[in-house]
Amino acid sequence: MINTILTIATVLIFISFILSGYRFFKGPDTANRTVTFDVMTISSIGLIALIAHFANRIIYLDIAIVYGLLSFMAVIIIAKYLEKELF
Amino acid sequence: MNMTWIALIIGLIMLIMAFAAIYAKKLAVAIIAAGVVSLLASILYLTLAAPDVAMTEAAIGSGLSTIIFFYAINKIRKQSHD
Amino acid sequence: METIEIIGALITLAGSIFLVLGSLGLVRMPDLYTRIQAGTKASTLGTILTLFGLGLIHLDWMGKLIILILFVLLTNPISSHILARSAHYIKTPVSKLTKVDKLKDKETEKTSEANHTNPEDEL
Repeated sequence: MINTILTIATVLIFISFILSGYRFFKGPDTANRTVTFDVMTISSIGLIALIAHFANRIIYLDIAIVYGLLSFMAVIIIAKYLEKELF
Repeated sequence: MNMTWIALIIGLIMLIMAFAAIYAKKLAVAIIAAGVVSLLASILYLTLAAPDVAMTEAAIGSGLSTIIFFYAINKIRKQSHD
Repeated sequence: METIEIIGALITLAGSIFLVLGSLGLVRMPDLYTRIQAGTKASTLGTILTLFGLGLIHLDWMGKLIILILFVLLTNPISSHILARSAHYIKTPVSKLTKVDKLKDKETEKTSEANHTNPEDEL
């Protein structure tokens, strides 16, 4: 019962990935693609938590924390690059 | 639970994003696509039950290499304007 | 014990539905700024609901998941705000449906004050 509902949730997160990929190919600008990168990162944090439930190991949640920190820094660096104020 | 289908779908999206990184016109778009490939590779290592490799990939491949690539092409852009 | 697990699974399903709606807004919206709004707000709520539902399923994971929720809640609006600000700075075109742009009004007011003209005369 629970595994069925969580499998449906995983499929919905993959649909979210595919819709974001459509905007990545069609987006006319670098800033649009950066928004896509941000949304994919946030979705992948949820996906990592779901995989941690399926494998039943708590150690997988550390990767979500590391990933959230470093992608936050990456988005800020890309924004500063677009603004021509990087270093 | 069997997680092979998650690995299959992640591999397909990784392949599409790798082609996007090759055929992109602008350099910044190629770097962002490489970051997405590295993110999906991290989740793929996680489904193959290797959390230490996944953490290394998330820290170095997606975070640090994206930042260093943007720093490098920012230096190139400054020098070409001078 | 069984009931709270089913409630947690349904909360996780609601969170993933919010993630799909955020990506659908990313496809359907006409403009960069509306895309940033749809992608950020819906994705933040969806991730928070997903992590909280998993915390209801595994009650001993709740501490680490609360830390992760606080982290997402702090960092995600900051990054999207910085992205919107730099996109406005490099003059990304807005949609035709946009009526009010207060940051642009403030910048033009500052430059017109530098030129010693009253901006209300032009109205």
